[in-house]
Amino acid sequence: MTMLQIDNLCLDIHGTEILHDISLSVGPGEILAVTGESGSGKSLTALAALQLLPQGATMRGQITLADRPLSDLTEAELCARRGRDIGMVFQEPMTALNPVQTIGAQVAETVRQHHHISRRAARLRAEETLVRVGLSPDRCPPDRYPHQLSGGQRQRVVIAIAIVLGPQVLVADEPTTALDVTTQAQILQLLARLAREDGMGLMLITHDLAVVAQHADRIAVMRHGAIVETGTARAVLSNPQHAYTQSLLRAATRRVELPPRTATTPLLSVQNLSRSYRMPRRRLLESPQLVQAVHDVSFDIQRGERVGLVGESGCGKSTLTRAILGLEPLQSGRVTLAGTAISPDKHVIRAARRHMQVVFQDPFGSFNPRHKVRRLICEPLHLLDTAPSENERNRMVDEALFDVGLTSSDADRYIHEFSGGQRQRIAIARALLIKPDLVIFDEAVSALDVSVRRRILDLIALLSSRHGLTYLFISHDLSVVRSVTDRVMVMQAGKIVEEGSTHNVFTNPRHPYTRKLVAAVPHLDTTELPH
Amino acid sequence: MSRPFMLGAVLSAGFILMALLSLIWTPYDHTGLNIPQKLLPPGGAHLLGTDHLGRDILSMVMVGSRTSLAVALVALAIGFSVGVPLGLAAAANKGNWLDEAIMRGNDIVFAFPLLVMAILITAVFGPSAVNAIIAFGLFNIPVFARVTRGAALPLWEREFIMAARVAGKAAPRVSLEHILPNILNVLIVQATVQFALGIQVEAALSFVGLGVQPPTPSLGRMLADAQTLVTLAPHLAIVPGVAIILIVLGLNLLGDGLRDILDPRLRRRPA
Amino acid sequence: MQRYIVKRLGSLLFSLLVASVVIFVVIEIAPGDPAAFMLGINAQPDTLAALRAELGLDAPKIQRYFAWIGGMLSGDFGTSYTYRTPVSDMVADRIAVSIPLAVFALLLSVLIAIPAGILAAAKRNKSADLAVLGATQMGVAVPNFWFAMMLVLVFAIKWRWFPAGGFPGWEDGLWPAIRALTLPAIALALPQAAILTRVMRSALLDVLGEDYMRTARAKGLSRRQTLWRHGLRNAMIPVLTIVGLQFSFLFAGTIIIEQVFYLPGLGRLIFQSISNRDLIVVESVVMLVVFGVIVINFVVDLAYAAVDPRLRDRT
Repeated sequence: MTMLQIDNLCLDIHGTEILHDISLSVGPGEILAVTGESGSGKSLTALAALQLLPQGATMRGQITLADRPLSDLTEAELCARRGRDIGMVFQEPMTALNPVQTIGAQVAETVRQHHHISRRAARLRAEETLVRVGLSPDRCPPDRYPHQLSGGQRQRVVIAIAIVLGPQVLVADEPTTALDVTTQAQILQLLARLAREDGMGLMLITHDLAVVAQHADRIAVMRHGAIVETGTARAVLSNPQHAYTQSLLRAATRRVELPPRTATTPLLSVQNLSRSYRMPRRRLLESPQLVQAVHDVSFDIQRGERVGLVGESGCGKSTLTRAILGLEPLQSGRVTLAGTAISPDKHVIRAARRHMQVVFQDPFGSFNPRHKVRRLICEPLHLLDTAPSENERNRMVDEALFDVGLTSSDADRYIHEFSGGQRQRIAIARALLIKPDLVIFDEAVSALDVSVRRRILDLIALLSSRHGLTYLFISHDLSVVRSVTDRVMVMQAGKIVEEGSTHNVFTNPRHPYTRKLVAAVPHLDTTELPH
Repeated sequence: MSRPFMLGAVLSAGFILMALLSLIWTPYDHTGLNIPQKLLPPGGAHLLGTDHLGRDILSMVMVGSRTSLAVALVALAIGFSVGVPLGLAAAANKGNWLDEAIMRGNDIVFAFPLLVMAILITAVFGPSAVNAIIAFGLFNIPVFARVTRGAALPLWEREFIMAARVAGKAAPRVSLEHILPNILNVLIVQATVQFALGIQVEAALSFVGLGVQPPTPSLGRMLADAQTLVTLAPHLAIVPGVAIILIVLGLNLLGDGLRDILDPRLRRRPA
Repeated sequence: MQRYIVKRLGSLLFSLLVASVVIFVVIEIAPGDPAAFMLGINAQPDTLAALRAELGLDAPKIQRYFAWIGGMLSGDFGTSYTYRTPVSDMVADRIAVSIPLAVFALLLSVLIAIPAGILAAAKRNKSADLAVLGATQMGVAVPNFWFAMMLVLVFAIKWRWFPAGGFPGWEDGLWPAIRALTLPAIALALPQAAILTRVMRSALLDVLGEDYMRTARAKGLSRRQTLWRHGLRNAMIPVLTIVGLQFSFLFAGTIIIEQVFYLPGLGRLIFQSISNRDLIVVESVVMLVVFGVIVINFVVDLAYAAVDPRLRDRT
């Protein structure tokens, strides 16, 4: 018996074919993972299952929910099924809840939409479900508003909304992509548990193969709007048939070849750095609470070292980065770069920046859209005391572009003509233009698809061996940090709780928080797949 | 190019050209009194009729539009040239005393309705076109400061601004090189809105005697003169009123169209 | 929530303080001596001095500022230079016209704009939406006092449905008063309704694109239910701002409309006082209007917090 069956689904939006001949099925208690990179059409497949398609979409093929083809149903009949027979969990828990309604009311609404029961009874049912998804009334009462909850808690509310009526199928579209790694593990376990306990079919949309490996019974791999391979999780992951699946798996598992470390003289030294923020007062006559974003942090980076900094959102790593870059004043402590202490003095900061550059996360946000690549790359030249001649400058731009695998003709194009991965290459070219001693990678690959990410990491390794880079690699993604660093620091609540060689920290974590982090990372180890 | 945008562009350009033309040519001398020819209805030799003193209304509308456009434009220039730098400075210094002072000052100016401000200024300096310009110019300053700050603030969080700062550029330079060009679209749209509002404000102030003074014609003054005669000769009120509506409509349509054209979110992204 | 209110209250008091100082200073630097103006050009120096002492004009400026503010706070707005009557008395009569007119106009504006905005957003890009948009585009462009003249021409002079001007007072019953205020209120309200309709429409369209609207659809709500249950309240947040701004605007707008309809409101009082150089009246009435505007903005801030729980926890 199948709960949800999709046969030969084709989808056009304004005449452009987006999905082509998709066939899938989910049985009771079964977890089907639909995976692929961005633009593969996996989210639209999910929305098609609920018949919540964007305007201008036309669909062919058949979708059957609990043995009833959806195409036979009127919109009113579809409404009667959504929320009752099929539920959906969305990617972005921060925006998926109505900000002006309590969480209890939002869960109860699903109940009252489908059953004519009293407000009180619906509220009781909602409370039970909130407990079931791990939001007990003593710690997170149902009269809270969404903005008072963390991202993980909000996602639990969204799940409660979707499962409160015990649907036959739950569609989860990248339910953990926006969450921290430890929260991600909890939410995935919750979803898997609910599917098994209720005999509910779970269609899990994810770009992360490791998530797939740990939880899915079956896998469908999508690319360019079509399914390229499907089968049991074990079969697909251990013996992928299609070349694309093979390349995805390679990208996710292969290690980057870092060149051996070279000389060791101190480059960056951070001593007793602290930075706190004032929190808004909750009550009138309360003294304001201080939050220690960074608390008494000290570390050194040697020339030629590749150091990682990992931690979950809010741990203080971005504040620390901004402090090192001199973008934010220090409250106490000292940062010394190449022998000079960084002070708020303009000239000192300018001199320091000559020695360090940064690559940011967002490949769409880190460039002024109105400038051509040549001008964008040349921006750090302001830091030099003598401006290079035009010829010299062009030579430097050509060299920098070549270094990152682009060509000199790219210098005269606008940034919107490039893909995300290419933009990140341009960001690296800009950072390396003035040959800084230290490069800071601030979540530099977090926004990229797995295969693009792999190529950028390879590029970083290549540039390391070519130029002997020293860098600080900041990321929430442990597996990325593991692959491109020699040494790693783990940050929690403003403090560095563990530090050591990358290999040691990951294979033999000592601090309980590090252990929790490492355990939460989904593994893509093809030898331990579920049967 | 959408049709409303084209209509707006044609209307705005038409009135601006007509106002400029009035500098060198009008059908009749707009100050020429001709009592025997008074209160003629539209049509005939006087295309839009004559007023109670026999002056040609078309000529007066041409010259009056020029006055109204000039008042609105100068007040706009005051608001833009003071408000935008204030807004940029406030955004660059978010949260510190400068930002606080600018925003507080804005709140105070906002507390004075435009008309009240004009009344205060008139009470002190007497009614004149210059004082109307000053009142509306003052009113425009916090408008532009607020819009500029609001558009600039999210940009300061963007990574390309941080990248520019890491590249060693100081805040004023970042504001000029990176912030201003990226918020110019918002400012241009706001400018068309304030320009259109300026036409209406000139009309309102002159109507109640706080703006342009006789004998200078303006669209608002023509309406003030028409008020007592409207039952006798409705065209005295209808013609300048329709002129105001068409200018304002034109500028607003132009602004809406520019918003769509200049909005970077609507620009094509690569596949 | 407490803290939010206290903070807003603090900024309200600060604005009032600065505004009162500005008004006081501006009136102070206004040329002309009220006493000399009242007595005419042939006044004797000693009678002039006596009148100045009587009006309190010889006291130091700081002292006079506090006397003025103290008086305003206790409801004593001073004595008119020209009419020699208490300003409070004159204002009380006039306010009984201006405030009802502004409230009437605001009600009309909201009653027109909210349904029109919802209709336009619900029928986005269909003919109903385009018609509403076209009408608002016109409405925004029409000057309210010109529109008032046209209303008089049609409804008062041609069809005689409403009086062309004047105000019978509230003593003769509600209906004649409301009839006298109807055309002025319509003239004030329609251009504002046009703006509010556009805001309502775009606020709703913004909200329709939010993720939580999709969540609501996934719960099984129909399009219409999503709009009413989740869309409206969230869309009210920007609409409230504009309603607040509009009330200030309408309050000031009455000053001009009163000129068209010969209504004995605050506006006519101000213009008479300006031409009589009766500056104490101008000073007090302007302060009163500014006070009204600042208080309305405060009330809007509180209304915000009632609609948006996120604001209650923020400072």
